[in-house]
Amino acid sequence: MSEETTDTDESIRWQSDLKFIAKLVAVTYVGFAVLGIVTGVSTNEVAGFLATVTFYAAVFALLALALNLHWGYTGMFNIGVVGFMAIGVYTFAVLTAAPDASPAGLGLPMIVGVIGGTIAAALAGAIIALPALRVRADYFAIITLGFSEIVRLSITSGTLRQIEVGDTVYGTGGGSGIRYPPVDGVVTWLFELIGLDPNQNVLYETVGVIGVSNSVVDRFVYALILIVFILLFYALLHRIARSPFGRVLKAIREDEVAARSLGKRTQITKIKVFMVGSALMGLGGILWLGSRSLVQPDGLMPVITFYIFVALIIGGSGSNTGSVVGAFVFAAFLWEGPRFIRTIARANLNYRSPGTIYDAFVELVALDPMPLVGYLIGSLDELRWILLGTVLIVLMIKRPEGLMGHRKEIAAATDLSRPKRGETDE
Amino acid sequence: MFSKQRLSTVSAQDLFGYLLLGGIALLALDLIRRLVMGTLAPGTLWTLIWNGFVDSLYIGLAAIGLSMTYSILRFANFSHGDLLTVGAFGGWTVAYIIGGIGAAGFGSRLLLDADGGAQAGALGMSIVGSPLALILGLISAALITIGIALAVDRLVYKRMRRAGGIALLIASIGVALVLRYIIALIYTVDSRGIVASAPFVGPLEVHELAVVGALLDLLGVEWNIGPINLHEATLVISALVLIIGVHLLLQYTKLGKSMRAMADNRDLALITGIETERVITATWVIGAGLAGVAGYLIVLDQSQISINVGWFLLLLIFAAVILGGIGSIYGALAGALIIGLTLNVSLIWLPSDLNEVTAFTLMILVLIFKPDGLLGGVETA
Amino acid sequence: MSNSQEQETILQVSDLEKRFGGIVAVDGASFEVERGSITGLIGPNGAGKSTTFNLITGTHKPNAGTVLFNGQNITGKSPERIASKGLVRTFQIARELPEMTVLENMMLGPKNQLGESLWRSVMPGARRTVIEQEKEVRDRAWETLEFFEIDHLAEEYAGSLSGGQRKLLELARALLTDPDMLLLDEPMAGVNPSLEKKLLERIHDLQDEGYTFLLVEHDMDVIMNHCEHVIVMHQGRVLTEGDPEAIQSDEEVIDAYLGGEA
Repeated sequence: MSEETTDTDESIRWQSDLKFIAKLVAVTYVGFAVLGIVTGVSTNEVAGFLATVTFYAAVFALLALALNLHWGYTGMFNIGVVGFMAIGVYTFAVLTAAPDASPAGLGLPMIVGVIGGTIAAALAGAIIALPALRVRADYFAIITLGFSEIVRLSITSGTLRQIEVGDTVYGTGGGSGIRYPPVDGVVTWLFELIGLDPNQNVLYETVGVIGVSNSVVDRFVYALILIVFILLFYALLHRIARSPFGRVLKAIREDEVAARSLGKRTQITKIKVFMVGSALMGLGGILWLGSRSLVQPDGLMPVITFYIFVALIIGGSGSNTGSVVGAFVFAAFLWEGPRFIRTIARANLNYRSPGTIYDAFVELVALDPMPLVGYLIGSLDELRWILLGTVLIVLMIKRPEGLMGHRKEIAAATDLSRPKRGETDE
Repeated sequence: MFSKQRLSTVSAQDLFGYLLLGGIALLALDLIRRLVMGTLAPGTLWTLIWNGFVDSLYIGLAAIGLSMTYSILRFANFSHGDLLTVGAFGGWTVAYIIGGIGAAGFGSRLLLDADGGAQAGALGMSIVGSPLALILGLISAALITIGIALAVDRLVYKRMRRAGGIALLIASIGVALVLRYIIALIYTVDSRGIVASAPFVGPLEVHELAVVGALLDLLGVEWNIGPINLHEATLVISALVLIIGVHLLLQYTKLGKSMRAMADNRDLALITGIETERVITATWVIGAGLAGVAGYLIVLDQSQISINVGWFLLLLIFAAVILGGIGSIYGALAGALIIGLTLNVSLIWLPSDLNEVTAFTLMILVLIFKPDGLLGGVETA
Repeated sequence: MSNSQEQETILQVSDLEKRFGGIVAVDGASFEVERGSITGLIGPNGAGKSTTFNLITGTHKPNAGTVLFNGQNITGKSPERIASKGLVRTFQIARELPEMTVLENMMLGPKNQLGESLWRSVMPGARRTVIEQEKEVRDRAWETLEFFEIDHLAEEYAGSLSGGQRKLLELARALLTDPDMLLLDEPMAGVNPSLEKKLLERIHDLQDEGYTFLLVEHDMDVIMNHCEHVIVMHQGRVLTEGDPEAIQSDEEVIDAYLGGEA
C-alpha cells in the first residue's frame, strides 16, 4: 500500500521539478530568441548561442550535481573540482589519442577512455579523502585547492611533458597539451546508429530551412546527450539522498561526532562518497573538456571550480534540482548572456573602443559617453568576473541557501508519514 | 571540548610522521654528501638559501595578515592574495605619478604603462633613480590597501559577523574576483615590467673581513657575497622592520593584548569588555597594510606586475599559515620560512617547474601528520 | 572473578588515566557499573567526570588503564565501534542534527541498516529490501517518538526544538541503536521541570525493561532520588562510592565539594 503512495509522491516531485526546469528553459530561450531577432541577429547565430547555453548549462549541471554530493550532502568543502576534471580528461586523452600522435596515446576506443578517466578520478578522490578524515573544513578546502594546483602544475611541467617508452613518446605535452578524437564524435556515431548519413540527412535539411547550420545541429545533439547524463547523475544522487546512506551523509555534514557516537562508520563513508563525487567530476570533465579535440593546462585554472560553485550556490547547495536550476541560470545569464548582449551591441551600436579607460574618461569629460561604453563592451570578460563576484557576495549576505536550498529533501527511502494505527499496534 | 576528534589509528599517523621526518633527514644527508663530493658548490647552496629567505619574507608579510584575519575574524580569507595585488597596483601608481613627472604622459603613468607610453627605464623607476617616489609608493601601497580592506569589511564582512566560516570564505572568493577584475578593468590584464633594472653594489670581499675571513681561510672555503641587488635589499630591510614592528605592537601594547585575547577566545573577549569592532578594524589595518606592502615589494623585486600577482601567491601564503598553525604570527613566519626554503632548496633535486608542487605537497603531508599545523595549539596571537 | 559477577557487572573501568599536556585530568579512576542499575557519577567541577565519559566512549584515548564492557575490552576503540557494541552516550549540550528533521534524526539511530551500504541504496533490485527495512525503521521511530511524547514534532527540523526537547530527542535516538547501556552527560541540564519529570519517568521505564544507565548530573535531587548507586570523583580519582544515603553523609564528599567551591 504505502510503497505505492511513496512512488507517486516521489514521481509527483520529479514531475513538478522537471516541469519547472522545462518552463524556465523555454521562457529563457524564447526571450533570448526574440531579443536576438528583434535586434537583427541571424537565426544561425541565435541558434548557435542557444546551443552554447545548453552545452554550458549541461556541463555545469553535471559538475554542480557532483559537487552537491560532496558539499551539499556531506559537507566536504571541495574547491579542487577542476583537479578531478583534469585527471579525468587527461586520462581520457592518453587512453584515446592516436598512437602516432605527438604526444602519443594508446589509441583505445572512446568508451574505454571515458570509463578509464572516471575511474582515475575516483582513485584520486580516494587519496585526497584521506587528509579530509582529520582536518577541519576550511583546511580541507585549501588541501583540495592545493591538489588541483598540484595536478595542473605537474601536467604543465617539463618532467611529465615527454615520457619515452620504447620508441614512442608519451606524456602530457606540457603547455601545448594532448590532441585526441573529441568525445562529441559520438554524435556522428549516433547518426550512423539510427541510419542517418552524418554528412547530409533529414535532420540537417529540416532545420536548415530556418537557416541553422549543420554544426549547430551537431552541437544541439551533443547537448541532448549531455542532458541524458544529467538525468543519470540526478537519478543516482536522488537514490543516494533518499537512503540510509544519504542519511549518514547528512549526519556527517551536520555533526560528525554525533553520527559516530551513534555507531556510524563515518570515515569509510566519507571516503566512499568522496570517490563517487570525484568520479562524477572526472566524467563531467571528460564530457566538457573532452568535447574539444585538445586539452591544455591553461583550461584547468582554479577559476573553473568557482564557476561550479557559483552555479551550485545560486541553485542552493543540498538540493539536486537546485544544482540543475543554478547551473542553467548561471550558464544563461551570467556566463553566456553577457556575450550575447555584446553581439547585439556590436551589431547595433556605433562606437569606437579607446585604448585605455583613461582615454575613455577624457572623452567622457568632453561629453562623449560612447568611448566609455565601447571600452566597457571591449572589457566584457572583466565585467563578467566582477558580476560573478558580486553575485557570490550578495548571495552569501542575502540568501546563502540559494534558490532552492530551503527545501526539505528528506533522507529516507520511504514515505515517512505516521503509519496508520491499525498497522503498528497489533 | 568534543570538537577534537582523532583518527582511531594513532600509530599509523605517527608512523607517517616518522616517514616524513625520515625523508627529510635523507635529503639532508644527501645534501651533505653533495657538498662533500663537490657536486654542489657551497656558493650555489648559499644562493638557494638566500633566495628562499627572500621569498619567505614577502610570503611571511602576507602570511601574518592572513593568520591574523583567520584567527580574529574566523575565516579563511581568499581575497587576501588580491589585497597584495591592490597594494602592488595602488603603490606603483603613486610611485609612477610622482616619479615620472615630465618623463611620460599622465594617462600612461596613471595606468602603469598600460598603453606602452611610460617605460620603466625611461622613467628611471628604480630605488636609485627615484628613491623618494618609490618610498612614497611603498607607504601608499599600505594606505591604499588598508582603505580598500576597511571598505570591503564595511560593505561585506560586517554584514556577516555571525555567519559561518564557510559562508565567509565563499563571500571572500567573491571579493577576490571583484577586486582583481576591477583592477583588470582599469589597468588591463596584460602582464608587464614596470621596474627599471635593479642597481647593484659590491661584491663584498668576505675574505677581507677580519674574523670571518680568517675563519673561512682556515676552513679553506671560498665564499664571497656577490653584488648586492639593492631592490632585494630594500625588500629585506622593509620586511624585517615591519615584522619587528608587528611583534612589538602585539607584545607590548594594549591593542596587541586585546587582539591576542580575541584570537584565543572571541566570546570571552566580548564578555571582558574588549571592543571587538575596534580590534577587527585594527586587524584589517595591520593585515591589509602588510599585504599591500608585500605586494608592492614583490613587484619591486621581480619587476613584473599582473592582476594575478597576489592570487598566484595565495596558496603559498595559505600553506605558510597552515604549516605554522593558525593563530600564531610566529608560526606563520616559521611556515613562510619553510615554504620559502622548500621552493628554492628543492631545486637541488627537482626541476624548477615543480617547486610549487613540492611546497603544496609538503603542506598536505604535514596536515595529514599534524592536522593543526606544526605549531598548532601554541596560541601567541 | 566468578562468572556470576561478570554477568552482574556491565561496565568495568580500571586505573583509567588521561593527561592533557602537563595536566592530569583523570588519574587512575576505577569503578564498576552493575547491569540494570541507574548509577550516578558526581563530583565538583574539574573532577574529571566528562573526561572519564569521553575515555569510556572513545572520544579521547586513555594514556593508561582499561575499560571492559560486557566482558570485552573496549579501551581506546573508536566511538563508532564502542557505540555499535551497545554502549551509547548522549552529550552535555545535546548534539541533535539541526538541519535534519526529528524523524530523520531518529532514523539514523538503528544499527546495521541495509541501506547504509552505498551499493544497496543505489542498485534497483537491492533497493527493494532497503525500502522494506526503511518502513520498519520508520515505524520504530514513530513508536519511540510517541513513547517520549515528542511525536508532534516529528517533521520539524531538530534545530528548531527547545533545549529540553533536544535532550529527549537525543535519548530517544540513542535508544533506537538498541544499546545495552546508556551514558547520559547531564541529561537534566537546561530542561524545564515538567520535561525533567517526563525524562526521569522514561528513564525508569527503560530501567524496568533492562537498560543500564550511567549519568553525570549536577542536580543532587536527581542523583539522590533516582540513582541506586553513586560514584564520587575528585581530582581525577574515585573518592568514594555507595548508595545515595551513605554518600550524602560522607565527610570526604562534603569536603571535596566545599574544597571545589573555594
